[in-house]
Amino acid sequence: MKKSILIALCGLLASCSTDTTPRNKGVYMLLDTSGTYAEELTKAEQIIRFTLSRLDATDSFAVARIDTGSFSEKDIVAKASFDDRPSAVNRQKRLFAQQVSDFVESADPSPYTDITGGLLQAVEFLNEKGTGIKTILIFSDLKEDLEAGYIRDIDVELEGFEVIALNVTKLRSDNIDPREYLGRLEEWQGRVEKTGGEWRVINDLDGLENLL
Amino acid sequence: MSFMLGITPWPVLSATLWIILIVAALYLIRGTAHKTIQAAANGLHRSFKIASKAVTRSEKNLAVRNRDVLLAAGREAKERIIEREFDRINETVRKDLANYSALHRSLSESIGRIEKDHQEAVDVPPDPPGWVKAVEAVAEMDAKEGRAHIGSILSDIHKSLIKAHKEAMGAYHVASAKRHKLLRHMRPDWRKIQQTLAAVGKNVDSLLSRSVTIDRHMQEYEDIVHGQDRAVSVLSSSSLVNFFVSAFVLCIAIGGATINFSLIARPMAEMVGGTSLLGNFRTADIAALVIILVEISMGLFLMESLRITRLFPVIGALPDKTRVRMIWITFSILFLLASVEAGLAYMREVLLHDELATSALLRGEMGATATGEYMWITTAAQMGMGFILPFALTFVAIPLETFVHSLRTVVGLIGLSFLRALSLVLRLLGNVFLYLGVLLKQLYDIPLFVPLWLEERMASRANDDALMGRVGQ
Repeated sequence: MKKSILIALCGLLASCSTDTTPRNKGVYMLLDTSGTYAEELTKAEQIIRFTLSRLDATDSFAVARIDTGSFSEKDIVAKASFDDRPSAVNRQKRLFAQQVSDFVESADPSPYTDITGGLLQAVEFLNEKGTGIKTILIFSDLKEDLEAGYIRDIDVELEGFEVIALNVTKLRSDNIDPREYLGRLEEWQGRVEKTGGEWRVINDLDGLENLL
Repeated sequence: MSFMLGITPWPVLSATLWIILIVAALYLIRGTAHKTIQAAANGLHRSFKIASKAVTRSEKNLAVRNRDVLLAAGREAKERIIEREFDRINETVRKDLANYSALHRSLSESIGRIEKDHQEAVDVPPDPPGWVKAVEAVAEMDAKEGRAHIGSILSDIHKSLIKAHKEAMGAYHVASAKRHKLLRHMRPDWRKIQQTLAAVGKNVDSLLSRSVTIDRHMQEYEDIVHGQDRAVSVLSSSSLVNFFVSAFVLCIAIGGATINFSLIARPMAEMVGGTSLLGNFRTADIAALVIILVEISMGLFLMESLRITRLFPVIGALPDKTRVRMIWITFSILFLLASVEAGLAYMREVLLHDELATSALLRGEMGATATGEYMWITTAAQMGMGFILPFALTFVAIPLETFVHSLRTVVGLIGLSFLRALSLVLRLLGNVFLYLGVLLKQLYDIPLFVPLWLEERMASRANDDALMGRVGQ
């Protein structure tokens, strides 16, 4: 009898032990604002709103633009680490949506596209937040176009990250030679998976249910 | 196998040789083998029999204990009922006896008044004179016989008599009216007496019916005290009924507690955070559960303090002053918790609206954020439920007490059935092993049918020879 009580108590204590592994989500979204892709920003806004609806208390979310030099905090359009209280979370989400909406209305196209710099910034941000699940969304045609002098041939450590390319549109040249498009996708997949990250492409924006 | 079949160049011959050898060996050790099988079977049979007897003894002990528990519980319950009945009788008697002197005085006064009025009503007023008709006849003689001198005298007498008659009739009417008035005055007194006597009769009837009830309870109590089988049977069946009924009510209460939980778990996240975990459970859920459990505990204490339940003898034994204080304290805590719950229920609605508005905004549906005209009904209903449910849960104490008390009997009955079945199984197993021993011995003899047949033949022949020898002598 005493033994069974002792076992039951041990079981109870074991079930009460605090699991320190973080279970929150961290999402960093990169928005390509270069050239004609800037016209796609309204779609990006929808994705951001959808992502906001999927995030919960203690999750982190940041939206940053991809421009000439994207490895900078100045490119972050909106960011939030959601509070523990549901009412505060709702307020933060509304404010976030408003900030993104303001940005979409007033965004200027950038002459160059520094995706790698944005990726580095995303990794830095999410590592700093220490979230349990780390996701980077890249809303771009994945055509990197660096200004002269910018060095980006570096490996980004993506162990534990999931990188999702969204709305990877085909360029005019891709239509002439589809190998360019497929080559871009393969190149990015290779870069991500080489450093331990997971790669996914979602082009059908009606099927965002599996996004997060 | 190849070795066994290779002892001679012919496998069949080898096999035959082996069979003969084995059969011979088995035949030689047959007696010992039979004894071993029998001993093992007997041993197992005895072991199971002893185990079965031990279980039967335990079953009997448990039955006695169950009976004692049942009788003790029944005695306690019956004592409570009888005590309550005596309290009621005491209350009725105290109330009626306290008013008895006033009642008696009231009845005496009413009767006195009636007697007095009756006496006064008995005084008969004077009748009008009976000789008026004779005087009238004399007065009429004047006109018939022409006696004018007598006529005037008689006429005066006649007038005087008529006047006296009128006065007498007036006095008669006044006296009659007075009598009627007195009789009319007697009516309320009669009514009062009737009502008083009816009330007394009702009280007496109530006392009589209560005394009949007490007699019945006392009879049952005596049966319980004497430990009669009928009383045990009645208590056992009523205990089972109580168990199932209280379990059903407790299930309903659990449903109520679940609804209560869902009302306050969501807004609790605003107070203790929505994501922090305690073990594998959300802290907000645990906090909501703790509030509900505290409410149930307060309800239990309140019921105990009110002496409706008797789960904690310490509370029931407290001095009345302390007990009353405890009633007020537990009620106040319960009231505060109910108010908190009502507030949380309101907050739940607010949060829900906030979340719906945010979701609509994120979906891009600006118009969907408008609140419905009748949403206040839902809010009010939720607040009402949040306030009422804690008080409703207070009454869980009553079925809980019944459940706990009847559980002892039910567990005892289940244990009894289990032990009875175990005893039967053990007894059956013991017999199975006994007959298994016999069966094994028979099976052992099957391969030895040849030597056994020979043995039998030889024995038969030896018998025959012995018989022939005796006959020859």
